[in-house]
Amino acid sequence: MLVIDSVSKTFHPGTVNEKKALDKISLTLADGDFATIVGSNGAGKSTLFNAITGSFYVDEGRIVLGGEDITYCKEHVRSRVIGHLFQDPLKGTAPHMTIEENMALAYLRASTRRHAYFSRISTKEKKKFREQLALLDMGLEDRMKQPVGLLSGGQRQALTLLMATIVTPRILLLDEHTAALDPATADKVLALTEKIIAERHITCLMVTHNMHQALSLGNRTLMMDGGRIVFHVSGEERKKLTIDDLLEQFKVCAGKRLDNDRILLIS
Amino acid sequence: MSSIITLSIVQSALELGCIYSLVALALFFSFSILNIADLSTDGCFTLGCAVGAMVTLSGHPYLALFAAVGAGVCSGFVTAFLQTRMGVPSILAGIIVNTGLYTVNIAVMGFSSNVNLFASDTIFSLAKKKLPYSWYADWYKLLLVLVIILVIGILLSLFLSTRLGLSIRATGDNEHMVRASGISPLFMITVGLCMANALTALSGALLGQYQKSCDINLGTGMVTIALASLIIGETLVGKGSMFRRIAGVILGSCLYRIIVALALRMNVPAEALKLVSAVIVAIAISFPYLKDKYSFYRLRKNNRNLFVKEGGTNVGH
Repeated sequence: MLVIDSVSKTFHPGTVNEKKALDKISLTLADGDFATIVGSNGAGKSTLFNAITGSFYVDEGRIVLGGEDITYCKEHVRSRVIGHLFQDPLKGTAPHMTIEENMALAYLRASTRRHAYFSRISTKEKKKFREQLALLDMGLEDRMKQPVGLLSGGQRQALTLLMATIVTPRILLLDEHTAALDPATADKVLALTEKIIAERHITCLMVTHNMHQALSLGNRTLMMDGGRIVFHVSGEERKKLTIDDLLEQFKVCAGKRLDNDRILLIS
Repeated sequence: MSSIITLSIVQSALELGCIYSLVALALFFSFSILNIADLSTDGCFTLGCAVGAMVTLSGHPYLALFAAVGAGVCSGFVTAFLQTRMGVPSILAGIIVNTGLYTVNIAVMGFSSNVNLFASDTIFSLAKKKLPYSWYADWYKLLLVLVIILVIGILLSLFLSTRLGLSIRATGDNEHMVRASGISPLFMITVGLCMANALTALSGALLGQYQKSCDINLGTGMVTIALASLIIGETLVGKGSMFRRIAGVILGSCLYRIIVALALRMNVPAEALKLVSAVIVAIAISFPYLKDKYSFYRLRKNNRNLFVKEGGTNVGH
């Protein structure tokens, strides 16, 4: 369960570049919830994710994950229970290390014992990694000794997904993780994402610019603008919503901001 | 050739190559793996030599090596602390520590600029006493350093495949991914720099006992020399498994010493050696780039000739 309680963040405060990226945003995700987020560029979607992962500390508000207040928890500490995928497939893996070594690092999250640091990858773990890779159906299980830098973007993203979920995270954050892939690969990675989330009942937040995905995936849809959640739909109401309705809503939100700008300019 | 290269020249080049290869391994750790240019190497090398020399002087040549390693770890920790906890850029952190170490080193040597160990036992003189006289008696120094290098090389390559080793490698490769995997990159940088500087200081201590003296200017230019060895090794052996790369670094260091020995044989004055190393580093680093350029030039020329043969004309030719 994720609770975001009136969180705000302003970048470059007191300068001409001052930008209120998050504006008293509140959001509660129950266990097993899968919410999609839409919004124009600069709406604060990625900033929200970065606030959850701890790339920066928020100015005010609280973030509670699985009953633990993580608002001021260090990034690498909270990332033990958070899975995060980016649009850029290069971000999630170490290119000069082998597939096996990358997976071993991701699996390090599973051990809380300090002396695990001096252990090497066991045969049992190698077998486990192999089985997991075989599920991707990309032939990666036979390339475990190859450096990740040799894989294609789609393969790297699939591997990153596997690494992010190798130890079931309390929450999975997907930041347009299929946007940089070709349509066929994107579909494959998306199907894989859905499968893993459904099988393990993972709580998930996903940013997308694809209105179809926004309505068809998961059980909730959020729309962000100006660092707030401006529209929120779930359940029966969401099932009735069409892509056109969502686009209309999108225009309404964007229009409101335009009006505000106009008022500013006139006065 | 025999007039230029004699066995004893190769022998002493190999001895020095093995001793200095520890510094090259340290740079392999910090420069190649962690992707940090640690410029405190010069000072740390002298620190290892000075600490080692003082402990040897008090009659504990073995303890001297461990004391030097400890001093190296401390020096590495300060460099790492400056860049991970105080926000000092990594190159600047190295330079600051290097500058500070000059005074520390003078102080360690009892505020004198050199110390000699001619009256003391060293690990080399002890090894000589232990070895029975036979054909290999002349090779005891080389045997001893070879054993030390082998042990350290194997330990290092084993370490790099442990989870801690993997985490350190990943920190230099993709820091972002390391943080996302729940590992603190700051801690990994600290561990990595401590280990690298321990190797540098150990090398200094071995050299001090080898040449039975320590001088405050011993470490000047050490970064360049070690970098030359590292790059010669990586160019020759290429990138492969960690063990292979470590073996390449040691080989590169020995090769560098042989090149230097040859240069000296050809009456290059000793003062010119720094310039020779600088030239070697510049050539070794630019070699892969120039090779690429050259093969592109060849390709372009061939394709153009083909085009002209088929009746076309080239722009600008």
